[in-house]
Amino acid sequence: MEATVTTANSEEKTWGGGNEPMGASYGKLMMWFFIVSDALTFSGFLAAYGFSRFKFIETWPLADEVFTHFPFLHGVSAPMYYVALMTFILIFSSVTMVLAVDAGHQMKKDKVVIYMFLTIIGGMIFVGSQAWEWKNFIKGEYGAVETTGGSLLQFVDKEGHRVALADFAVALPEERTQLTRDKGRWFMSESSIPSYSVAEVQAGFKTHPDILVRIETINKDKQKTILSREDSELRISQASLVIEGANLTHNEYGSKLFADFFFFITGFHGFHVFSGIIINIIIFFNVLIGTYEKRGSYEMVEKVGLYWHFVDLVWVFVFTVFYLV
Amino acid sequence: MSHVYESNIGRIWKVFGILSAVTIVEVILGIVKPHSLHMNSLLGLSFLNWIFYALTIFKAYYIVWAFMHIEGERNTLKTAVVTPVIFLVLYLLFILLTEGNYIFEVFKNSTIKWNF
Repeated sequence: MEATVTTANSEEKTWGGGNEPMGASYGKLMMWFFIVSDALTFSGFLAAYGFSRFKFIETWPLADEVFTHFPFLHGVSAPMYYVALMTFILIFSSVTMVLAVDAGHQMKKDKVVIYMFLTIIGGMIFVGSQAWEWKNFIKGEYGAVETTGGSLLQFVDKEGHRVALADFAVALPEERTQLTRDKGRWFMSESSIPSYSVAEVQAGFKTHPDILVRIETINKDKQKTILSREDSELRISQASLVIEGANLTHNEYGSKLFADFFFFITGFHGFHVFSGIIINIIIFFNVLIGTYEKRGSYEMVEKVGLYWHFVDLVWVFVFTVFYLV
Repeated sequence: MSHVYESNIGRIWKVFGILSAVTIVEVILGIVKPHSLHMNSLLGLSFLNWIFYALTIFKAYYIVWAFMHIEGERNTLKTAVVTPVIFLVLYLLFILLTEGNYIFEVFKNSTIKWNF
């Protein structure tokens, strides 16, 4: 019966306007419903990621082999640490946001200013970290070879440790120039040429008998399968492309779809964080010039706070789906 | 709806503590990957992944209830926001994951090799 008896108002005032059926102002209610629709959008993306992963469940990349970097620790494999740090930064900026909302309820302008400022800084650090993560992902680490059939071959030594292309590929006296528009027709161009050609990788593989090929298939121990030397030689003869790093069409870590989804979902989330920062900055200046002090209510801070927490909420799911599972 | 607002600062820091602790547990489990949890599975999902998803929902609950402060809203608003999301997401996941699994079987049992 709560829906019909909305306020303690008299009967005629119920239909007289100015009523709040859910006890929330128009703006706050619409922010909630925007969040519902945006949550469903993100769910759609994450479910699509799950769909593709189930489709290629036996060959999907292992996340803790992909994201292994930490600032200033070059060559040290540190899975999870960096993204855990990013998660903390975002959760903490959520805390400062909710403290700003709390201070707003008590009409403490100075506190709102400080907490909103901290929130904005936290958001900026997060977006910067995201950019650094993307940079490492795009640049790649070891390099790999793609076969004519589209599967990916990575290289390991006898102990199963990854080997970079630079460690064994030989330099052959061959010349390969970048195709640019001025050398061909106006529509002809290509992305940057990898450091080594397929022939150089194959020749290097022949001269290093202790290097084996690792394929995408996940074995019973939930590790990638390493082929014997004979099988490796067979597979490397089918190589057609050298892949360094990841982009939307090729990916040295494994399934191409993994990179596509990573760029799309973390990119879309990063865009939300970015727009959240912009909105926070606008509200921050409004607080500074005393707009809400004059209005007598800091509800606007509460509304952007809802959006900011939502961004944090999405990250919790992205973190689980991309980095943990 | 003018009511006297009481400060929530104590609860905010408590929730921050809970969220941090859960994240730390997740990261430790993700790095250590305990063998018994990692290798055994229930309904096609390893125990480790069940734990990750459960902890994620747990964190999501605290973010929505405490930080977004939906606990202070009316029941109508709470229901209008939370129920559609839960229902639609479960439905979507069911459809897409079932289909993904089906396509995996089709690829696996087909006579044509698609990735070689």
